[in-house]
Amino acid sequence: MADRSRFFRSELAGPMATAHSRAAARFMISPAVLLLLGWMIVPLSMTVYFSFLSYNLLMPGMEEFIGFTNYEFFLTDPAFFEALTNTILLVVGVLFITIVGGTALALLLDQPFWGQGIVRILVIAPFFVMPTVSALVWKNMFMNPVNGLFAHMAKGMGLEPFDFLAHAPLFSIILIVAWQWLPFATLILLTALQSLDQEQLEASEMDGANFGSRFIYIVLPHMSRAITVVILIQTIFLLSVFAEILVTTNGGPGYASTNITYLVYAQSLLQFDVGGGSAGGIIAVILANIVAIFLMRMIGKNLEA
Amino acid sequence: MSGVTLTKAVKKYGDLEVVHGVDLTVEHGEFCVFVGPSGCGKSTLLRMIAGLEETTDGQIAIGGRDVTAVDPADRGVAMVFQTYALYPHMTVEENMGFGLKMNGHPKAEIEAKVSEASRILKLDQYLKRKPKALSGGQRQRVSIGRAIVRGPEVFLFDEPLSNLDAELRVDMRVEIARLHKDIGATMIYVTHDQVEAMTLADKIVVLRAGHIEQVGSPMELYANPDNKFVAGFIGSPSMNFVEGLASSGAVVVPAFGNKAFKTDLALPSEGTPVTVGVRPQDISIAPAESGAEVDLTEQLGGVAYTYLICPTGERIVVETKGVEAPASGSQVWPSPAEDALFLFDAETEKRLR
Repeated sequence: MADRSRFFRSELAGPMATAHSRAAARFMISPAVLLLLGWMIVPLSMTVYFSFLSYNLLMPGMEEFIGFTNYEFFLTDPAFFEALTNTILLVVGVLFITIVGGTALALLLDQPFWGQGIVRILVIAPFFVMPTVSALVWKNMFMNPVNGLFAHMAKGMGLEPFDFLAHAPLFSIILIVAWQWLPFATLILLTALQSLDQEQLEASEMDGANFGSRFIYIVLPHMSRAITVVILIQTIFLLSVFAEILVTTNGGPGYASTNITYLVYAQSLLQFDVGGGSAGGIIAVILANIVAIFLMRMIGKNLEA
Repeated sequence: MSGVTLTKAVKKYGDLEVVHGVDLTVEHGEFCVFVGPSGCGKSTLLRMIAGLEETTDGQIAIGGRDVTAVDPADRGVAMVFQTYALYPHMTVEENMGFGLKMNGHPKAEIEAKVSEASRILKLDQYLKRKPKALSGGQRQRVSIGRAIVRGPEVFLFDEPLSNLDAELRVDMRVEIARLHKDIGATMIYVTHDQVEAMTLADKIVVLRAGHIEQVGSPMELYANPDNKFVAGFIGSPSMNFVEGLASSGAVVVPAFGNKAFKTDLALPSEGTPVTVGVRPQDISIAPAESGAEVDLTEQLGGVAYTYLICPTGERIVVETKGVEAPASGSQVWPSPAEDALFLFDAETEKRLR
């Protein structure tokens, strides 16, 4: 956001900008700003409003103001902390896999080889599969303990099939989500890699840096900005992973694969407690903002200049 | 001893041969300049010496050691790139010390060598800066510093001044010449600018299309070019070429009013066309009723270059001294100094001797 405001300021305060043209510019962007503002404010304020009501879908017309009780219940629910931990594990796990895997894939795809164009398109393909579909494919075709590919492989090696979604539900979901986001990370990191000045690599080669040193001292610093972008964008989306959980584990067993988003859904639509769900939603918004502030502090400076 | 010897060095990209069996010896401590038009293979040749391009065939030896298949880092060479190729996220100090750090030298030694190099290049006050905060000339100095710190046997420069503005280019040229005098190491320098070649080189190698056209000291090439290409490439402004006809013991030049110039050289049979070369400063002009038309004049202060259109339609450049330049459109009579003519075979472009 800081970058964007600076962009607008420099645009408007350029040598050509007079008070008049600045006013005209503000006037012209105002419809877009107002639309975005309304789009955000209306649902947000409705959620805030509901979060202070005792509002159960099974008892329509019985809504009444109950203050912070919804928040109290949501925050003291043992499921909340489990969901919070799961959310963090999910985000960190997927980020780790996609960045390490994405860097490795980008390094491979950067090498010249036959059929490069087609392979690059294939690598991007998972990104076009919608989350429900890919989660179902993983659930039924790979991880199913009876018919799944992994089960067949295990049996082929004389091992007992492992029921991924029952015994390692969160890990399985991390795998599925990471598979979806790997192409995105690969793509961004690949473009970063391709923009690296070849002469820098040659210079370091002449300086006696081997492949590992070249990667650590030249390639990785060059890619740091792209990695920052990947972390920022993915974090935003990974905090709200939902479809993959819904179609595979339904948050279970117990709360083992429930994240905050899924907990809010369960509260409001499975337990019909709209008030409690709204309170959870507001808490999720606050947590997301805390994460955003930390992220911008820690790595946002990578994006400047 | 750290001379560089190329023996029948060949470079092919697939089926395309770009360097055709080059034989060359660069003596220890010599400043050798590869010069030629774009695409002549001079950079490729340099990169082959550096080890950045594989040598398809032939042999490269540095200091008597065959390095044809040796890694770039182990050849005892350091290279200065046209785009500087500094590591953007490292400070000037780290940039210069990187090579030693990679080879596991102790910190104290690295520090000593970096400060020595920064003293030579006057970079002391910039050591903590990142390349981004430096001007083009400073960046190129850091890049040279990075080469010095490694203490190589041979320095390689790949068009190091092309990205600098004209004034800075002259300064850096002098600085590189001074550096060579101070360090005394073997240096190989690639440029397409013949002024750089003339001013810096002990030995110039003129390349064209992957072949060496001529090797020699700057003045040798200037005074005694082997062929039309070298004659035209060395010297600024470049030599004028007009058509002439061989007759007995003389060459008749239509462009200069059919004047016959006597010569002792072995001329081809009478009536055969030859190419006559004259340097711009060896032609004098005098106002006349007819002769050549003045196209335009460039005043450079001390000298002026007058562009003439001869009656034959050939264009020549004449260097004149003094303030008075002939007016555009007027007629002048160009008369070249008789002993300053270079004659070339019109077919093979070889010099007639």
